[in-house]
Amino acid sequence: MPLPYYVSPEQMMQDKAEYAKKGIAKGRSIIAMEYVDGVLLAADNPSASLHKVSEVYDSIAFAGAGKYSEFENLRKAGIRHADLKGYMYSREDVTARSLANGYSQSLGTIFSQELKPLEVEILVVQVGAAGGPNEIYRISFDGSIFDERNYAVIGGRAEALQNFLKDRFPAQVPALKAALKLCVAALEHGANQKFAPEGLEVAVLDRTRQGRKFRRIPSSEIRQLLSD
Amino acid sequence: MNLPFFPEHDNSSFFDLLMKQRPEFTFAVRGLGRSTVPAPEPSSGASALPVPQGTTVLALKYREGVVMAGDRRATEGFQIADRRIEKVFRIDEYSAMAIAGAAGPCIEMAKLFQTELEHYEKLEGVPLSCEGKANKLGQMVKANLPMVFQGLVVMPLYAGYDVARGEGRIFKYDITGGRYEESDYHAVGSGGKDARNTMREHFRRNLSEDEAIKLALLALYNAADEDVGTGGPDLIRGIFPTVKTVSAAGISDVPDQRIRSLYDDLIANRGKGV
Repeated sequence: MPLPYYVSPEQMMQDKAEYAKKGIAKGRSIIAMEYVDGVLLAADNPSASLHKVSEVYDSIAFAGAGKYSEFENLRKAGIRHADLKGYMYSREDVTARSLANGYSQSLGTIFSQELKPLEVEILVVQVGAAGGPNEIYRISFDGSIFDERNYAVIGGRAEALQNFLKDRFPAQVPALKAALKLCVAALEHGANQKFAPEGLEVAVLDRTRQGRKFRRIPSSEIRQLLSD
Repeated sequence: MNLPFFPEHDNSSFFDLLMKQRPEFTFAVRGLGRSTVPAPEPSSGASALPVPQGTTVLALKYREGVVMAGDRRATEGFQIADRRIEKVFRIDEYSAMAIAGAAGPCIEMAKLFQTELEHYEKLEGVPLSCEGKANKLGQMVKANLPMVFQGLVVMPLYAGYDVARGEGRIFKYDITGGRYEESDYHAVGSGGKDARNTMREHFRRNLSEDEAIKLALLALYNAADEDVGTGGPDLIRGIFPTVKTVSAAGISDVPDQRIRSLYDDLIANRGKGV
């Protein structure tokens, strides 16, 4: 009987992390950015029907980068979790914090116990009620969780985009138009190409809306916002 | 806590999810209280259980869509259980549901139906069709059948605006989940027959929104006149029926102010005529 090869835990984790990172970097980037009335989510996504950004609950949105089938599963699990919780307790008891914690636990467990880690990076975003702060959580493939301020980037050349935004994000939270322009500039900087409005997926969590805060911005409106 | 992944669960129904994962939260709890709760006498009509009962609700079509209305009374035997109960619910942007029967399960079913439609829309990325929504409600009514034998009847009425067809639609249900589409109007509940009688006399196709709301209020008024379970407008406390309209513009509440002034006219005319 052949002896199984010994691989040190350190080596195994490193290999897994490298594998996951490679998968995520292959994808395209997504930016979440605070603006005056809420949070803007912008993604480089040529498909009009396969979404990277979507609604989870009244004031919570989800964005996933990396392998579509994997973050799609996470998205669905999140919606099930949120709807169950909202049904059992109350709509206001569904929070991004608890959802982000759940994702972090799941991703962490899968990273350490499964042979293949998930090649995903996700954002869980909640718009604060009038006057309340927004919450942006970035969760990595290994379950590590980051509480971001002002903006967050996942997927593709995330670090390059982050550096780009670090110097340009204004001291005052920008209006929707300015925020979208900044996001598109960052995405174009990362991809080294120009984007038509049809190649972008943009959505907002707008706290001025009644009930469900999530709204997709159609490409005609993106064009209008980006012009002049 | 681990996020629920439900690997064995891959359909978009919240109702199914709840039935599998948290059956104690559905109204279809099998065999609930079989030994403790006596089944009602078949002849007694109303439930033998001392639970609040919602009474008259109605829906009628008009030119742009559907008007749905309900009185505000819940009764418990010969007592008034609640004067301000809401029996007409906003389900989503293009649908409303009204219910008559045991108030607790009724309200629960409305809440579950709301969650069901939103859940489907979020998972699938597109809302259910009007027909799909009506069928789903039928399945939920059917799941409630065991409770019917315990005397907890839920009688919903569903009004939706069919975006694909460009018209309002009304669906009624029986206790087995049977689903029947109504072409013009319908009313259910203890005063349902009286409300239907009024609507039969005055209903025309292509009513304007104002005329349709007036007719709905008149039908409820007459039902309250004839049926002890149905509440009329309470001018002293300022309690008026709930009225919602469902049309291409979405669902909207008819404000109390407008209902009040319509009732003032109606009551003034009554005083003159009879």
